[in-house]
Amino acid sequence: MTTTADLTVTTPSDREILMTRLFDAPRELVFEAMYRPELLKRWLNGPPGWSLAQCEVDLTIGGAFRHVWRGPEGAEMGMGGIFREIVRPERIVRTELFDQDWTGGEALATLVLTERAGKTELALTVLYASQAARDGALQSGMKDGVAASYDQLDTLFAAQQAA
Amino acid sequence: MTPASQLDATFTALADPTRRAILARLALGEASVTELAQPFAMSQPAISKHLKMLERAGLISRGRDAQRRPCRLEAQPLAEANDWLERYRQLWEANFQRLDALLDEMKAQAKAVTDKNQGKNQGE
Repeated sequence: MTTTADLTVTTPSDREILMTRLFDAPRELVFEAMYRPELLKRWLNGPPGWSLAQCEVDLTIGGAFRHVWRGPEGAEMGMGGIFREIVRPERIVRTELFDQDWTGGEALATLVLTERAGKTELALTVLYASQAARDGALQSGMKDGVAASYDQLDTLFAAQQAA
Repeated sequence: MTPASQLDATFTALADPTRRAILARLALGEASVTELAQPFAMSQPAISKHLKMLERAGLISRGRDAQRRPCRLEAQPLAEANDWLERYRQLWEANFQRLDALLDEMKAQAKAVTDKNQGKNQGE
């Protein structure tokens, strides 16, 4: 059983979101899970009810990636970009743009993996085109998902109380 | 203000370290401009400018006492901004918990391969 370290989400500047989290695995494994499509499909599902249906990754400088999530009632959300920097197994910088472009232009995502005593700290910074774009990212894509996850929590709490 | 523009205003106000320090101070109780300016190497007009921005964002309110006009913290917009961050965090935490499980599996596989290569038979 893995002890999960708490995920922290902060806004280091008015255009950025930074997430940090510790994983109980060497960084070679975390790195693989960050770009191999068959592995990404196992975890990067997004809100409850959604799954990563399509995933293509060409992990080379200038190479492209494309993700398509499928949700309830056939809803789809696509996102893609280009790899700018790759330092195995510690750093990936890539551009990101959603098909619906609700972030008002391309964002730049920097993934840094730091290994300490067999554990890996993940730091993911996403720099948006503008502050409005960043705030939009904080709010979008999760309205339905949040409602769904709250429903699941309610069910869970109800079950716990009944037990 | 719409919820989205309120959130923009909140995050803009929070982007500045002086304004964050002012809010932290006001979390302890109301204070006058003079009191707020004290810990900073800043003029009162400079502090007043920050206060105007915080007031426009609805993060603070000012008392009516013409002489002192004490500032106090308005907790609601901050709580809402925090709420959005928390929802975003929960969404990603769900992803990362699946990743934890996957990494456990990958570690077990890597270990099995290593054990096999070393010709060991480690019963646990």
